[in-house]
Amino acid sequence: MLPTDTLSQPALWPLTAIVFLPALVAAFLSLPIVPKAREDFIRWTTLLTTAVVFVLSLWMAVPALFGPAGPAQFRLGDPSMQAVVKLPWIEAFGIEYLLGVDGISLPLVVLTTFLSMLAAAASWPITKHVKAYHILFLLLVTGMLGVFVSLDFFLFYVFWEVMLLPMYFLIGIWGGPRREYAAIKFFLYTLLGSVLMLLAILMLYFTSDLRLLSDEQLVAAHVVSPGLDGAARATAVEAIRTADRPLHTFNILALAQIGQLPNSPFAAAQVWGMSLETWAFLLLLIGFVIKVPVVPVHTWLPDAHVEAPTPISMILAGVLLKLGGYGILRICYPICPGAGLSLAWLVCGLGVLSMVYGAFAALAQKDFKRMVAYSSVSHMGYVMLGLGVWSAVAGHEYRWDAWAQGVNGAMFQMLAHGISSAGMFFMVGVLYDRVHHRNLEEFGGIFGRMPVYSGLAIAIFFAGLGLPGLCGFIGEVLVTLSSWNYSRVLAAISAFTVILTAAYILWAIQRVYLGAEYKGPHGDHLTPITPRELAIATPLVFFAIVFGVAPQILFNYVTPTVNRQVETLADWTRRVHDGPAGLPVAAVQEPATAQVAR
Amino acid sequence: MNLGSLITGSLNDTLAVSLPLFRTELCLAATIVLVLLCRMLPVLRRLDSGLVALGGVCFALWYAWNDLRGIPVAGLPYAGADAAGLVRQELFGGLLVFDSLTAYIRFLLMGFLALYIPFTKASGIPDHEDGADFYTLVLGATLGMCLMASANHLLMVFMAVEMASVPSYALAGLLKGRKASSEAALKYAVYGAGAAGIMLYGISLLGGLLGTCHLPSMAAELARVVDAGTANGSVMVLALGGLMVAVGLAFKLSAVPFHFWCPDVFEGAAAEIGGFLSVASKTAAVALLLRICFGLGVSPTGIGGAAATLAEPGLAGLASTRHFMVYVVGLMAAVTCTLGNLAAYGQTNMKRLLAYSTIAHAGYIMMAVAAAVALAGVNVAASREAVSAVAFYLGTYLFMNLGAFAIVALLRNRLRSEEIDSYAGLVRSSPGIVITTAVVLVSLIGLPPLAGFVAKFLVFSSLVQAISLHAERPLMLVLLVVGGLNTVLSLFYYLRVLKVMTFDPPPADRVGGEFSLVSLPGAVVTALVVPVVVLGVFWAGLYACAQLAGAFAS
Repeated sequence: MLPTDTLSQPALWPLTAIVFLPALVAAFLSLPIVPKAREDFIRWTTLLTTAVVFVLSLWMAVPALFGPAGPAQFRLGDPSMQAVVKLPWIEAFGIEYLLGVDGISLPLVVLTTFLSMLAAAASWPITKHVKAYHILFLLLVTGMLGVFVSLDFFLFYVFWEVMLLPMYFLIGIWGGPRREYAAIKFFLYTLLGSVLMLLAILMLYFTSDLRLLSDEQLVAAHVVSPGLDGAARATAVEAIRTADRPLHTFNILALAQIGQLPNSPFAAAQVWGMSLETWAFLLLLIGFVIKVPVVPVHTWLPDAHVEAPTPISMILAGVLLKLGGYGILRICYPICPGAGLSLAWLVCGLGVLSMVYGAFAALAQKDFKRMVAYSSVSHMGYVMLGLGVWSAVAGHEYRWDAWAQGVNGAMFQMLAHGISSAGMFFMVGVLYDRVHHRNLEEFGGIFGRMPVYSGLAIAIFFAGLGLPGLCGFIGEVLVTLSSWNYSRVLAAISAFTVILTAAYILWAIQRVYLGAEYKGPHGDHLTPITPRELAIATPLVFFAIVFGVAPQILFNYVTPTVNRQVETLADWTRRVHDGPAGLPVAAVQEPATAQVAR
Repeated sequence: MNLGSLITGSLNDTLAVSLPLFRTELCLAATIVLVLLCRMLPVLRRLDSGLVALGGVCFALWYAWNDLRGIPVAGLPYAGADAAGLVRQELFGGLLVFDSLTAYIRFLLMGFLALYIPFTKASGIPDHEDGADFYTLVLGATLGMCLMASANHLLMVFMAVEMASVPSYALAGLLKGRKASSEAALKYAVYGAGAAGIMLYGISLLGGLLGTCHLPSMAAELARVVDAGTANGSVMVLALGGLMVAVGLAFKLSAVPFHFWCPDVFEGAAAEIGGFLSVASKTAAVALLLRICFGLGVSPTGIGGAAATLAEPGLAGLASTRHFMVYVVGLMAAVTCTLGNLAAYGQTNMKRLLAYSTIAHAGYIMMAVAAAVALAGVNVAASREAVSAVAFYLGTYLFMNLGAFAIVALLRNRLRSEEIDSYAGLVRSSPGIVITTAVVLVSLIGLPPLAGFVAKFLVFSSLVQAISLHAERPLMLVLLVVGGLNTVLSLFYYLRVLKVMTFDPPPADRVGGEFSLVSLPGAVVTALVVPVVVLGVFWAGLYACAQLAGAFAS
């Protein structure tokens, strides 16, 4: 049986509840005692569940709102992994129920719970098979949250895959006319990526060896619980030291420590003429960029978005795309730094390619939702570029502040895009619910018929455009600035893409909202925005403005963790990659992001 | 040694050592007799033969469980236990062997019967009149399968395979009135007879050249012959004999290119029979494959196999034998897996689709077998883990595939059809059965958090381990890539069934009503499907048993 002290870890119940409460409620709703006909009960239960989960995540993230901070709550400014939960799961493989949050994952968790709540509220117009819809929706929420908080690679993969099936059915049953095609395409692309990821996970697992790590590293990676006192800790370390065969691990933090060792076994092992590190990086990268998505593996996204119902589009754009970026940041670079450095051109190039391609494709769309979908491809390109410049070398020294700027910008871009893209999809959905078409050519004059709605929609679209003062601006500008140090060409291209972005968004606003009067079909259905819709749109617009004006709210969370990770890797590059005589790491007192943020 | 002491010796061996370890099979045999007796006596004729069979199986299951549980205890009950408490005890003068693999497979087979008999009661095939015949055949075939799992002598291998096959031929023709069923039985019998003939030829070649059919003795002899070089030409004949035995095994495994019987038999026979063949028969065939591969390729002394270490010259001498076996099994696995998945695409009949799915899964299992044999010469612990992966796969496969066939059989009773199209829109009237189908099929794809994922994860990890330990690396890399791609390929056809059930509108002329899980058939399906979910999350227990089975590979 489990020792009692493992069950008294302070974050055990809060984190577990955040992840599993939706699944638990889904199990309850699936019972026959909940009649199908009581649709409003099911809707309210789902909304309430997501709201509770949102409040729980806020309780962790912003302790100040809830009185004095407890041990399970987040300490701002501490870059390390916090609220770690560690329970044994499958001891034969060293698989653990290992959860935790830091400055990278916590903002994404809060974004997920926030958007889930809004998407649950946006699900009222769903009238087909209400019970099944909400069960699948809640399972999806559990999968997404689980990915962000898992620190065990096996657990991460389980949650990663758990999302697929609910998403397949949510698109395939409640979607538009070509839903079956879109659903299977989504499933197929993602499954291909995840199988490649599984192979990489196994390769890393069987090459890893905990015995290579120092005592401090073992504790820092939570292989040996930091909570243990002297004697117990010594026993745990001793058990690892005296093992007579390699101790493999799925612990993501420990894998990162092993990957950054000077004698990293990942770099040493060779498979088909390339180091295992490079293989693992590539396989993981394919798995993640399919989710991001990056040109040329993006084609599932426009189809899935166009066919998915509005709330699912919000989740898809707001959260699912972020999983890819999160995976690259959390897994690819720290575990395979050498490959990350030598393949920086690939990541940056893919980023710029999707940026430009997505923008041009958006410009060419006739379908409003498809245009928004391509804008997501374009915007996520900035995330890729920001993450990629990580391994850039500036002139004669490693400017880790420049990399940190790019990664911070990418993180901000992910969060900002979560707000703005979910908002844009919701705004399109509001129109579609009324006039049942999305043809950009047939709109016009919406402003006159729905003034409040149009005002909010235009604000959200401007946030997507990257207008200064709104949330889309900060991330793009940071990424573009930092990429200047890596490649002036790429920086110039990404700066010019902003013009394309402005073009397609302004043109869309002009065609949809402006103009004399609405001449398209179902004109008599253009009723003003309802209170429920207003309650969803207002918070999105509110945060789009708040994060544009005061980005340090987010940077306070993101920057410490990102900066430490980047600094560690910069140091690693100098030590391992270039040898002791390599380029020096510039001593930078204050991160550039902090300056920009002011 | 005079005749008297010989008789006393073998009598002692039989009564004191062999029979106690053979009690599970004895119990099955007694049940068969009991089922037949019940039919002879008018008083007992009203008794349901299914219940009699279930009672006997429960006893057998209890014995099997005790044998499995008793394994790791070092010391007394079994003379062959070594220091680690692992057991290897030859029975009946070396014809059979009792070790952890025997115990594990036997337990699986008895567990299978304990689930299978209630399922056949719920599905209504066989009816009361056919019951005694049906259960006699099923128990008889299972008895043969137990022998397959414990065979230690090529003669026993052949007899066990035949003992498992002949009742299966009859079972395939159980639906007497239906032409398709008779055709299936005939096809199966003819194909089986051919495969058995080739296998027997191979056995006689091997036995003739090596002078014995006792597997461990053969291994020792093999090491000597192969060591002597190819000058005498016997290596060629040995390879031929080995390939011929492989034909017989491939037939039982339904591995490509000896799989042709499988879809036809599954389609023609009742779904109940398909479930029996695809689960029990496959389990025993995999166990036999492990027996032969490890018997001929690893164990050089035959006694106290666990004591054999890498340093022993026999193991090194068998390296080329293992290399040959790894390539035969591995390449067959890759082809089987791919062809099974590709052929499943075009199927419109659910049983046929499941037949190809069975073929594909045989491929995945054989991949892990290849890895286990490849690792045997490199790292004993890793080889054991690979065998554990096989054992775990078999354990989860029992629930997944029996669940799938149970759903097909029970839906057939409602819809009078086994065509995939007839399942259209089933989610509207019977959501419960669609959810269980989804669980089973998604588990067959291999997605977490279901048991099929863990099984596939273990198979892939055994391949990766072989790669990282440089055991037959090029082949293992190919197998890993093939296995990964096949997982993606298999998505389409499993998902198509779910698509038809959920997305498509129900046909207007649907016969048969709702299928609630709160009913006897529903309970059977639930009992088969719940473990698929539970084993996907809490798999440490089954894996511990599988590790025990893996310990046989020393």
